[in-house]
Amino acid sequence: MTDTAVRVTGLTKKFGAFTAIDDVSFTVERNKIYGLLGRNGAGKTTLMQLLTGQQFATSGTLEVFGASPVENARVLQSLCFIKESQKYPDSFRPEHVFANAPWFFAHWDAAFAARLVDDFRLPLNRPIKKLSRGQLSAVGVIIGLASRAPLTFFDEPYLGLDAVARQIFYDRLLEDYAEHPRTIILSTHLIDEVSNLLEHVLVIDEGRILMDQDAEQLRGTASTVVGKKTDVDAFVAGRDIISRDGIGGLASVTVAGLGETERTAARAAGLELSPVSLQQLIVQRTTSTTSESMTTTDAWSARS
Amino acid sequence: MIEAGKPIFVQIAEQIENDIIDGVIEEETPVPSTNEFAVFHRINPATAGKGVNRLVEDGILYKRRGIGMFVATGARQRLLGARTEKFRGNFVGPLLNEAAKLGITPEQVAKMIGESERRSSTS
Repeated sequence: MTDTAVRVTGLTKKFGAFTAIDDVSFTVERNKIYGLLGRNGAGKTTLMQLLTGQQFATSGTLEVFGASPVENARVLQSLCFIKESQKYPDSFRPEHVFANAPWFFAHWDAAFAARLVDDFRLPLNRPIKKLSRGQLSAVGVIIGLASRAPLTFFDEPYLGLDAVARQIFYDRLLEDYAEHPRTIILSTHLIDEVSNLLEHVLVIDEGRILMDQDAEQLRGTASTVVGKKTDVDAFVAGRDIISRDGIGGLASVTVAGLGETERTAARAAGLELSPVSLQQLIVQRTTSTTSESMTTTDAWSARS
Repeated sequence: MIEAGKPIFVQIAEQIENDIIDGVIEEETPVPSTNEFAVFHRINPATAGKGVNRLVEDGILYKRRGIGMFVATGARQRLLGARTEKFRGNFVGPLLNEAAKLGITPEQVAKMIGESERRSSTS
């Protein structure tokens, strides 16, 4: 119980006839960095809104720090949710936002926030509506980092942030997390950029959890096996096949869960192994049309 | 630095091993902390910790309470021994396999190695 930040059981959220979250169950352990990944409209934002008490579940239960977050001051005080498009009062300037932050976040570190303002070169006294898209994102990122909330959500926090600013975000996030461990849920499309930061990965697709796995396990084990079709087929038979491709007598199959001995066996069989990045893996897993039933060869034979 | 296709914690462990073999980190001196590794390589601290722990299990590093991780005495010698075995498996084996495929005898391979070495030492 003490190691669990979030526990979700059979959670469903419907908007009319549309099921945004479909019977989802998972737990989030404390003090880890999670990646919440998935395609557009997969249900990432809805899920985070449910976890932060901004939406009501249609059915199922969800606990954040042991209780429902809805209208629960104790739980909500320990959350920080940075949205893609954060809204501020029109008359506000960034300095006002940061001046108000301690009211909402018990662990707010003003000195850290000031350092981040320097890092991001954020003009403190320019009206919020005059800020560029990237500067507006920087305001959110600074709030998210300096609030040091026990559970922080970043929902696509860096719309418009340039590459330098994104790197600053990743670096400060890691440094501060190392010193002040807390639970962080990072939702993003830039999987390659964040993959090394994540400890655990949740992949959501069409409202369902597709993967709930240790990032290191995911990263280390999936490989693409390339070689003569007959050899490849013999090697991958009975394995967890993620995707399959081929041309002529050559086949290229991505499989999960290859150990060191199996890798050696594959090389001995004259097969080539190449790594699969987290991003490639997730793209292959969430491209639902090709992977499962239709293989390239099936498609060919169907055409002829 | 960090590359794809190999678990990151294995790469961290290998980099520390390399530093010990090269003498960058001497025996009975401290290695950087898990957090320092994490920030430097831009990886999750838990992953960095896994790499360090692997070396602790192998007896290459040991923990001094409240101070940090240190390189054990004799670590360099042990790593050299293990790496030599790996070298045989990873390089010498495949080299001879490829040579056999091309009809080159081990004696010819040895000769080639001798020649290459002479060439690189004179250049």
